[in-house]
Amino acid sequence: MRLTPLLAFTPRGIHCPIADVYIDPWRGVDRAIITHAHSDHARGGSGHYLATPVTKALMHARIGADLSVEGLGYGKPVTINGVRFSLHPAGHIPGSAQVRVEYQDEVWVATGDYKRQLDGISDAFEPVRCHTLITECTFGLPIYRWKEPVEVFAEIDAWWRGNAANGVCSVISAYSLGKAQRVMTGVDPSIGPILVHGAVANMNTVLQDCGLELPPWEHITKDTPKERFRNALVITPGSALDTPWMNRMKPYRSAMASGWMQLRGWRRRSNIDRGFVLSDHADWEALLLAVKESGAERVIATHGYTDLFSQYLRSVGYDATAESTEFAGEAGADGTEGTRSVDPVIPALSREGRPETNAS
Amino acid sequence: MTPEATLFDALDATTATNAKVEALAVYFREAADADKLWVIALLSGRRPKRPVTSTQLRQWAAEVSGIPDWLFEASYHVVGDFAETVTHIAKLEQRMERSLAEWVRYVEELKDLSEVEKATRVKAVWAGLEGMELFVFNKIITGGFRIGVSQKIMVKGLSKATGVDEDVLAHRLMGDWAPHHTTFHDLVLGANEGDDHSRPYPFYLAYGIEGPEGTAAGAGLQDLLPLGDPREWQVEHKWDGIRGQLIVRGGQHYVWSRGEELVTDKYPELEALRKALPDGTVLDGELLAWKDGAPLPFAEMQKRIGRKSVGKKLLADVPVIFMAYDLMEHDGTDIRQRPLNERRQLLERIVAAAQHPMLTLSPTLAFTTWEEIVAHREHARTASIEGLMLKRRSSTYEVGRRRGDWWKWKVDPLSIDAVLTFSMQGHGRRADLYTDHTFGLWQEGQLVTFAKAYSGLTDSEMKEVDAFVKKNTLERFGPVRQVKAELVFEIAFEGISTSTRHKSGVAVRFPRIARWRKDKKPEDADTLDALKRMAAALPTAPNDL
Repeated sequence: MRLTPLLAFTPRGIHCPIADVYIDPWRGVDRAIITHAHSDHARGGSGHYLATPVTKALMHARIGADLSVEGLGYGKPVTINGVRFSLHPAGHIPGSAQVRVEYQDEVWVATGDYKRQLDGISDAFEPVRCHTLITECTFGLPIYRWKEPVEVFAEIDAWWRGNAANGVCSVISAYSLGKAQRVMTGVDPSIGPILVHGAVANMNTVLQDCGLELPPWEHITKDTPKERFRNALVITPGSALDTPWMNRMKPYRSAMASGWMQLRGWRRRSNIDRGFVLSDHADWEALLLAVKESGAERVIATHGYTDLFSQYLRSVGYDATAESTEFAGEAGADGTEGTRSVDPVIPALSREGRPETNAS
Repeated sequence: MTPEATLFDALDATTATNAKVEALAVYFREAADADKLWVIALLSGRRPKRPVTSTQLRQWAAEVSGIPDWLFEASYHVVGDFAETVTHIAKLEQRMERSLAEWVRYVEELKDLSEVEKATRVKAVWAGLEGMELFVFNKIITGGFRIGVSQKIMVKGLSKATGVDEDVLAHRLMGDWAPHHTTFHDLVLGANEGDDHSRPYPFYLAYGIEGPEGTAAGAGLQDLLPLGDPREWQVEHKWDGIRGQLIVRGGQHYVWSRGEELVTDKYPELEALRKALPDGTVLDGELLAWKDGAPLPFAEMQKRIGRKSVGKKLLADVPVIFMAYDLMEHDGTDIRQRPLNERRQLLERIVAAAQHPMLTLSPTLAFTTWEEIVAHREHARTASIEGLMLKRRSSTYEVGRRRGDWWKWKVDPLSIDAVLTFSMQGHGRRADLYTDHTFGLWQEGQLVTFAKAYSGLTDSEMKEVDAFVKKNTLERFGPVRQVKAELVFEIAFEGISTSTRHKSGVAVRFPRIARWRKDKKPEDADTLDALKRMAAALPTAPNDL
């Protein structure tokens, strides 16, 4: 085995020293590979980027048109200084990718964010065999288990339909890139018009230009007539929730679509009327399945419940460790995008190397 | 899904009171009587006795989940609620179907079984239910049933469904009834009303006096003037004991605390009042630790509160009296709708006739102007007086907390600036957030813990402090984190007493966070000596009795 690892965790991000390429760096670097266009993974300030064509289009819209980005389709290899890189669908949002890194018969995969559920807008997650897997674990605890999306959309439709029947506007807070389009695609558009915040409208336009099909939607402007909201589904980023921007929608009910809505405590303190459990991340079972199907012997857990998840993997025989990153995970119950503190409860370790428990 | 699961799903899915009331009304119109009775019982704090310990439940939960114990415990800490944690982790295998009343029986029948059989039956349910149905079962078996629906909201829904007045219902649902010994018809529709001698009346509770347009507690004369003519008001001390209701009916006596708890056996000295008072009498008043003609500090009273049975020594050291301030039932007749001045006259007569040392009358203050009341309040702080009670002489005795006719006017709280030292995660809506804080005061360069406080911050401040705790942890002790001494808070409290149980040597009563002093550095916080000087300066007995 080489002394230098194929990928290393550095203050700038995940680094491949042989090729001098970073994956999703959080400081400016010369060359970066970007897994997906969410702002905690795709940041400006680097010299040259490599990403899927959809991510490329999104980055130009979100960060800057003059960004130097090379588009690379799924499964197509690029070789830099003998290291072979390729991108594979992660199922997280449109354009999202896992990064496969191969050098002299050794393969590493960095998953970025991923989910195994089909969402109707992203290419399906593809298991990639490797020796070392760097996986996210935003929801890496057994309490996170997702229902089938079709059940969740039935709940959303029923809620929207009930509100519309009473002339009450339905407002869903969802990440403007990914979750917003997933919600639009999953609901029953015959209930009423789908109206969106400007941040969502921008992402819709870029994705439609890339070939994504969306149901009819309207951008909310100051000219949108008040009556239009009465049976509408409004999709907005959490930052606009309950701000004066929403005054014209009154009366309205608010909801949030996020994996965090699984927990009553999160739901109750987020000051929304309804919480729908809909995540773009893998739940506990899906994480374990991804680890298993990768065939990896070594696993490095990054953002989320890293200590607990890696400790569990060790207990079932993997060589697993935790690394801290500056990725933010899923939009939190406070409605902000990508600012959820990734500091879940990690009990202190007792002498036996197990977390101490509160036996009360 | 059972009607109850549908109901609790609907209650859980909204934060709007009206929507909750409506969901309850729909349920109470449609569900089976036996199940409705249990919903009323559970939402008013009545539940079957716990047949299993929490240690057993935790062990079984880890066994069925197929994950290590430590991972179950870590998950529990994130969720903050055992019933919910099991609901998320358990996997449905063989579906079970029963009504709510049948589930309660299922839980009750566990009591006499062997531990092995208990485990088998509980695990069968964990594999037999999912979602809200499982959550409800877990809430029943773990005891607590707090799900964000107050008894008041439940009563509103029940009233809407049955057409029975809310106040009447509130009264019918009080007392120590149990679903096993009554029916929905008898309890709610009052078929056998009057059978239950022990049933108390709902207490009338006062709001704190308000400044202009409902701003924070008033502090001076300007806040009393809106009350109008002082001659229309009766003013008493607000005693620092426990609110209680004393009932003498059918040759028996019953003592209820405000928390709707029957505490007759905890205060055996009051048994003597059964003979001293005429049958058909219900008094509202304060249970007070009292010795040699004066009240004892609340810390003494606290020794009596926790005890189920009271020893001779404690009875001699901390005797309790009933300080009466209102009469709710006279000669077996509910007189709550008669004006206060009439009730007070009758009360004075009854107390005088009883002539018993364990029963005293709450004195009214003589005054003619509001200025005198302001002066009274300024001198009111003692070991056992919290402030003043102002009651309109024409007021009827209402149900629950109401504005308008009764007001409490507390003395200004004491307060001190302290440093945040430790923090723990909360439960329920505070799960996964560091909200339960410990504060220290300086002594010889060290911070000595003097109080814990959970309330007083806004939601956004709560989040800010949570983020601080996570970023500035020095050490972890299980769920508790020690943090960098940096944040200063003004901690308000009601009283101070010396304590041998506390490292600081003093205990403060009802501490809460008054303000986040972002303007202060940790070295600007107060010393333990300052708190002790504050304690020494307090008068210990009422000064104007």
